[in-house]
Amino acid sequence: MTSITTQTITFKVFRFNTETDYLPAYKEYQMEVTSEEVVLDILNRIKWEFDGSFSYRRSCRHGICGACAVKVNGKGVLACKERMNDIIDSFGTELTIEPVSTKRAVKDMIVDKADFWEKHDAVKPYLVSDIDEHPKEESLVTPEQAEALLEADLCIQCGLCHYSCPAIEENDEFFGPAAFAAAYRFNADVRDEGTLERLDTVNQPGAGVWDCVKCFECAEVCPKEVNPIEKITKLHNQVFEYGRAPNNVAVRHAVGFAHSIKKHGLLDEGELVRYSEGTLGVLKHMPVALQMYKKGKIVLPWNMPQSDKLDEIKKLVKISSTVKF
Amino acid sequence: MEKLKYALFTGCTAKESTPEQLMSTYAVAEKLGIELIELTEASCCGASHLQDYDDFLSLVLNARNICYAESRGLTMVTICNTCQLNTAMTKHRLDTNPELKARVNEKLAEVGLEYKGESEITHFLYAIIDDFGLERISQMVVKPLSQFNIAPFYGCHNIRPSELAGGDNPYNPTSLDDLIIACGGENVDYEEKNKCCGFHAELQSPHTAARLTGKALMGALDQNADWMVTPCPLCHLKLDTQYDHASKAVGRDVKMPVLHMQQMLGLALGCTADELGLKHHVSDVTFV
Repeated sequence: MTSITTQTITFKVFRFNTETDYLPAYKEYQMEVTSEEVVLDILNRIKWEFDGSFSYRRSCRHGICGACAVKVNGKGVLACKERMNDIIDSFGTELTIEPVSTKRAVKDMIVDKADFWEKHDAVKPYLVSDIDEHPKEESLVTPEQAEALLEADLCIQCGLCHYSCPAIEENDEFFGPAAFAAAYRFNADVRDEGTLERLDTVNQPGAGVWDCVKCFECAEVCPKEVNPIEKITKLHNQVFEYGRAPNNVAVRHAVGFAHSIKKHGLLDEGELVRYSEGTLGVLKHMPVALQMYKKGKIVLPWNMPQSDKLDEIKKLVKISSTVKF
Repeated sequence: MEKLKYALFTGCTAKESTPEQLMSTYAVAEKLGIELIELTEASCCGASHLQDYDDFLSLVLNARNICYAESRGLTMVTICNTCQLNTAMTKHRLDTNPELKARVNEKLAEVGLEYKGESEITHFLYAIIDDFGLERISQMVVKPLSQFNIAPFYGCHNIRPSELAGGDNPYNPTSLDDLIIACGGENVDYEEKNKCCGFHAELQSPHTAARLTGKALMGALDQNADWMVTPCPLCHLKLDTQYDHASKAVGRDVKMPVLHMQQMLGLALGCTADELGLKHHVSDVTFV
């Protein structure tokens, strides 16, 4: 058994009260931290030992209610689950504790999650089904069918992926990884009948899955290992599978890769932009393209490189394709 | 020490819009005495978009690429973060799912190939640090970059998801900082160094993409960086060629020179501007 060690840690803590403060401030608290403490112990000690007005949400203390999500040095954590030892290993002895979204802070660590719930609500995160109120037999789900959920049902709505998502940070319309994971959870349920409606919701340009920047932060930050970006990919796949893919720039951008690989093995970068944007739409890229051309960064169609053994690739594209657009 | 030898998966960008990246990769490899065997048969990895359309096809194509590293008995080295993640993710999924591997191999058998799972896949940045060693690099530096403040930009797909990445802590990565220091430069710490450049959403979500690029450049500028360095050609394209959109999106001129990781290392090892393809940059890099 390892012995308990103690270190002096300086915490810079986000303090703000919408009712009394014009601007937030970071207050410093120094304390001896033992190796067995978690972040929630620190929040408690700030309240108990320094300032009783310090506010934060916490409830279950077991990583299941999702209330105590905060950020430490930019890393989203469940305060009750995150060991101080690991945090100190990662970031050293000067730590900054902030709410998951400083711009949505109401009081100290407490944020207004209205946007999170609105987006969750929009994807109908419940079973849509005409239920026979007097069923004669059970509605059975086989283990294989249950596995298709890919554990999306483990989400505890803590909001860490949502408030760590850079696309949400820049685009208020974007549904975000938690809502997408919830949409997938019910789309993948064999008892559900709301799939098409949900696909049309998550397929909207500007708000839907196509606006994901693919940074994988949602997968990294999730304390329940829900892996939301995996579900985002699955929703993309369902959009094609159920024939709901609109003929727009985002869809053509994904499909264009298959065309290019079939022809050259490699991606024809210029042709991908032209195919995605359309002949008129591509014009807005001309100023950048011209600058790139001057610097030898644009390969002209007749100089397009090819993979060796291209016949092999063509054959594999032919026999392995599973989707049509 | 035995000479290091890898199978090089160049990716598409190095063959098209970032020729300087391929040139500098070879220039640096020569200086370090690393042998790179180019996987000329390799196809595009799908760049994280093909799998949105046809996941199985993406797996088959990436598995095929790995087959050619396996047939040469070599570790595959990538020079693009997205190639790295797509290939590593394919390997992980096939190695942990025998049924999926069998389905993929059924297709590969039609062209006389078999995915076995024998080759490791690593980004050139980690090959240099883990296999060659930073200490040896600093001993070989002939032109230390001591007059420069250099901002590392890691790029998402080399650090996230961490279980498939090269070993950096995604919330506090250090590999590229360590390489800057080994080259004699001053590493700049800034908030956006491990954030997203927006590349993958550029066509469908131009505002988001431009804002992310702008914030990254702004973060580096505000910490007095002279230039940025990145191991990813896609980040490079976004940061080097899109500064105009980025500047408009953040309301400030954020133009800044951005070098590939190989070019930075090449400069420190005494490669010439021609060898490193410095004429292929859109943002001015004549300062070097």
